[in-house]
Amino acid sequence: MTFRTKLLVLLTAVVVLAAVAAAALLRAGDRAAVRDHPQAGGPPVVAGQVSLAHPPAPLIVFRNMAYGPHRDELSTVRAGDPAGRRTASGVTCLRFHAAGGTGICLQAEHGTLTDSYRAVVLDSRLREVAHYALPGIPTRARVSPSGRLAAWTVFVGGDSYAGTDFSTRTAILDTRTGRLDPSLEAYRVTRDGRALHAADMNFWGVTFADDRVFYATMATGGKTYLVRGDVTTRSLSTLHTNVECPSLSPDGTRIAYKKRVAGLPADSPWRLYVLDLRTMRETALAEPRSVDDQAVWQDGRTVVYSMPSDFGSDLYALPADGTGAPHLLMRAALAPAYPR
Amino acid sequence: MYVADSRGAPATAPARGPSGRRAAVAPTVLALGSVSLITDVSSEMVTAVLPLYLVTGLGLSPLGFGLLDGVYNGFSALVRLVGGHLADRGGRHKSVAVLGYGLSAICKPLLLLVSSLPLIGAVLAADRTGKGLRTAPRDAMISLASAPESRGRAFGVHRAMDTAGALLGPLVAFVILRATVDGYDAVFTVSFCVAAVGVVVLVLFVPGARAGAKRTDGAPERPAAGGVSLRAAVGLLRRRDVRRLSVCALLLGLATVSDSFVYLLLQHRLGVPDRWFALLPLGTAAAFLLLAVPLGWLADLVGRWQVFLGGHLALLAAYGLILSSWHGAALPYAVLALHGCFYAATDGVLMAAAAGCVPAELRSSGLALVQTGQAAARFACSLAFGTAWSVWGDRSALGAAAVALAVCAVFSYRLRPWAAAGTPGTTGAAA
Repeated sequence: MTFRTKLLVLLTAVVVLAAVAAAALLRAGDRAAVRDHPQAGGPPVVAGQVSLAHPPAPLIVFRNMAYGPHRDELSTVRAGDPAGRRTASGVTCLRFHAAGGTGICLQAEHGTLTDSYRAVVLDSRLREVAHYALPGIPTRARVSPSGRLAAWTVFVGGDSYAGTDFSTRTAILDTRTGRLDPSLEAYRVTRDGRALHAADMNFWGVTFADDRVFYATMATGGKTYLVRGDVTTRSLSTLHTNVECPSLSPDGTRIAYKKRVAGLPADSPWRLYVLDLRTMRETALAEPRSVDDQAVWQDGRTVVYSMPSDFGSDLYALPADGTGAPHLLMRAALAPAYPR
Repeated sequence: MYVADSRGAPATAPARGPSGRRAAVAPTVLALGSVSLITDVSSEMVTAVLPLYLVTGLGLSPLGFGLLDGVYNGFSALVRLVGGHLADRGGRHKSVAVLGYGLSAICKPLLLLVSSLPLIGAVLAADRTGKGLRTAPRDAMISLASAPESRGRAFGVHRAMDTAGALLGPLVAFVILRATVDGYDAVFTVSFCVAAVGVVVLVLFVPGARAGAKRTDGAPERPAAGGVSLRAAVGLLRRRDVRRLSVCALLLGLATVSDSFVYLLLQHRLGVPDRWFALLPLGTAAAFLLLAVPLGWLADLVGRWQVFLGGHLALLAAYGLILSSWHGAALPYAVLALHGCFYAATDGVLMAAAAGCVPAELRSSGLALVQTGQAAARFACSLAFGTAWSVWGDRSALGAAAVALAVCAVFSYRLRPWAAAGTPGTTGAAA
């Protein structure tokens, strides 16, 4: 092949591939229009007033993932009819949680070259009370039962040169005083009664018992721990191993979590479990798939969690005692909360 | 178009003669540099948006990948040895490289089709396999296409082009995300198209025949006993020059604190704000990009091993700056510049030095062996450093690493591996 021919072949290949790339870009660009049209078979969504305080009937608040003009908006649906009509609030969140009339919304702000992220504290009518800049991509959010404390976890890193070597930052905010602990890494940690200092400590997935005590995941040395934290003394102590993304039951006696189970493929390692905090007995739940989410308790008997799907994410409900089977609660929904 | 056709410099060209310096980098090196640049734009596009896609698009947490990453990297290092060996058998450098680049390219559209963690993990593993396969044959081709006296510069040009691609990729990805709505599928598709262009450039413009490349290479022609077998590859370590070079690279690797620790230390000791944390690696990459060519050229001029050792002194200086009580505003810049300088003086330069003592028919296996040894040493250092940090605290741990690095540097200096591999002028004598 002469140099000329080679150039010609290259040019042809570039033109063809550029056409494919352009088509993909145009298609993705056109989705702005698609977004305005609800997808056939999707749940009905209407704009409306959303309130977190004293709802007339039990509600589920969640991030609506269904195509249409209200995709990614904080929405509500009646807990008794989860497949029914959704009310969209106009507030967009990546992650969300609410309790005691306070909401915490982790959202993206689109810049020219990169996204930045912020945590927004919302009152019961979803009005912004305060906001805080986040150092990475949001993943977990929780509010204490009274609505006073809020916690969030973000992923830091993921930069090209560092590879996919992620770490997490977990912050706790007192919404009443505005006092912010930007990283749990500043807390004092004891493992089996002895002080622990490690460079590789990561924390994520806070779940609150009250306005002082919380539980979370700590990872160090390739192991994960369930830690019990105290906001007043700024201290953490380990309770159990192999616990990720804990979620405390409404009565404060049990923790639903994802457990890395030996013998499973390294890239789908998690199963849902419930830990009884009094007996420290673990119960495997009846979800056969790998779950990568921080579950929420619908009530004292049922946990709800997300699984990836065509719409991004669907929600499933499952008995918390190891019996039964998972059932599809809602399509195209993420980050549910049951405001009480 | 073979390399030998377009290059005038014979293997016996005077090492530091003006003709050697005037000669441009071999077309093969430019072609391979272009392939790496294009491929890195493609792969870094995906790397940059993957966590965003997983967390905001699919609702998953990428932490699982963070933990898996170590496994993949270990696997990739093993695959690199396999790729190196396969490439040497029958001189199939280009075929193995095409296989590696092609495999990674095909993984990009596959990301569109999978939405669950296990399948995404499998696709990423395949992508890493491709990366592992192509690295050693590519570096072998760079060294085989370059005259010994310009090898440092050749690797410098290649690494600069590679890093330029790595810096461009995330930029392209975010422009696409801005221009579209949830345009992750567009990012993956464009990434595939870019990677495919890289493969086309590789197939068209990188010569495949070994005979052509061999003529410009002044490496020792004496084949290791047993020809191109796995035993022969391992037997390379029986050569005194290879052994010395490997031992030094390994020792220095054992005292090289991993990037993420350097950035964490910078943040801990200097209070770099959280939102700038993700930008720290860009500082290192930018310095690497700017210094790769000049330091490669310097390596050809004064000796590769000296520059390699000098790079470690730059790293030592970076440790010293972090440990010092000086807390000026310029400190993070100075540390990142030294860190980038370390990469520019070591990454390609080590390959240029290693190429000088590995025979042409075992080039790919030999380079893979040195790279894998160095990577393993750095991994061991990471584990030890993490433990030291936990037990002694960050300052003492870094102090210990600095002392270890200084000791290893002095030892390496005394061992003088460049008597065999470093100065271009002496390469001929070793053959």
